[in-house]
Amino acid sequence: MKSSVIIFPGSNCDRDMHVALTKFGFKNTMVWHNDQLIPKSDLIVLPGGFSYGDYLRCGSIASKSKIIKSVIDFAHSGGLVLGICNGFQILTETGLLTGILQQNKYLNFICKNVFVKVKDKKNKFFKNIKKDILELHIAHNEGNFFCTDDELKNLEDNNQIAATYCNSEGLENDENNPNGAIKNIAGIFNKNKNVLGMMPHPERMIDEYLSGEDGSLFFENLLGNMK
Amino acid sequence: MKIKVIVTLKNGVLDPQGKAIQQTLNGMNFSNINEVRQGKFFEINVNENNEEKAKGQVEEMCKKLLANLVIEDYKII
Repeated sequence: MKSSVIIFPGSNCDRDMHVALTKFGFKNTMVWHNDQLIPKSDLIVLPGGFSYGDYLRCGSIASKSKIIKSVIDFAHSGGLVLGICNGFQILTETGLLTGILQQNKYLNFICKNVFVKVKDKKNKFFKNIKKDILELHIAHNEGNFFCTDDELKNLEDNNQIAATYCNSEGLENDENNPNGAIKNIAGIFNKNKNVLGMMPHPERMIDEYLSGEDGSLFFENLLGNMK
Repeated sequence: MKIKVIVTLKNGVLDPQGKAIQQTLNGMNFSNINEVRQGKFFEINVNENNEEKAKGQVEEMCKKLLANLVIEDYKII
């Protein structure tokens, strides 16, 4: 399976993502934001970081960069697109995903491990995943997912909520909501579920000794589903 | 021609920065403040002499880039 990771000025999780994808068997290519064409890929990843210094709004400038038209065309043709953290912010700014990531409710940059509950398995990203609750890492200042009531209803009605913040037992409440996101939302899909954006970083949880391996589960499972 | 734009969060959208500013002002003994909402100000120099045309262009810019209409309103002044 071939993947491409897009690098924007200010991306800083691009290499981690490359290491993770390669570790689990993807043949990955790094693609510069100023290119117009993406090499033939089965998966495109928009990595975490601070594209364009988070100027204007997080992800807004990247969402108008040269490469983005190819990403949008790829998504519209059914290709798998994964946006992590800043990648999620970029996907909302392109309009591929609903809503927006606002500043965290308590104005603090959050960097810690959290638990998220997988809410939908009828998609390529989470089908067959062995655990319902994953321990992943978050590191963001703008992860507070917000959308209108109508958009939230659509997300719920179409099962587009991918993952929610919870505790290790799966309890979703305010106490286990790190950033104030509506309904504890940590990640969402587009309507066709080929585009996934989420704040937690699976690429940081791929080493048995350093981090735990719930990220490994994610990547192994994704690759398995794509074959 | 210079066109000015103010982008603010929509009513009802949480504005934690505005809240923090308000609390700080309260702490500085400005005690009669009900609410602070913060926003962005843009001054755009458009190479265009027709004001209506220039404002039309800036409106497009607001919709496409300067404001995110999910949470923000814009005002061209």
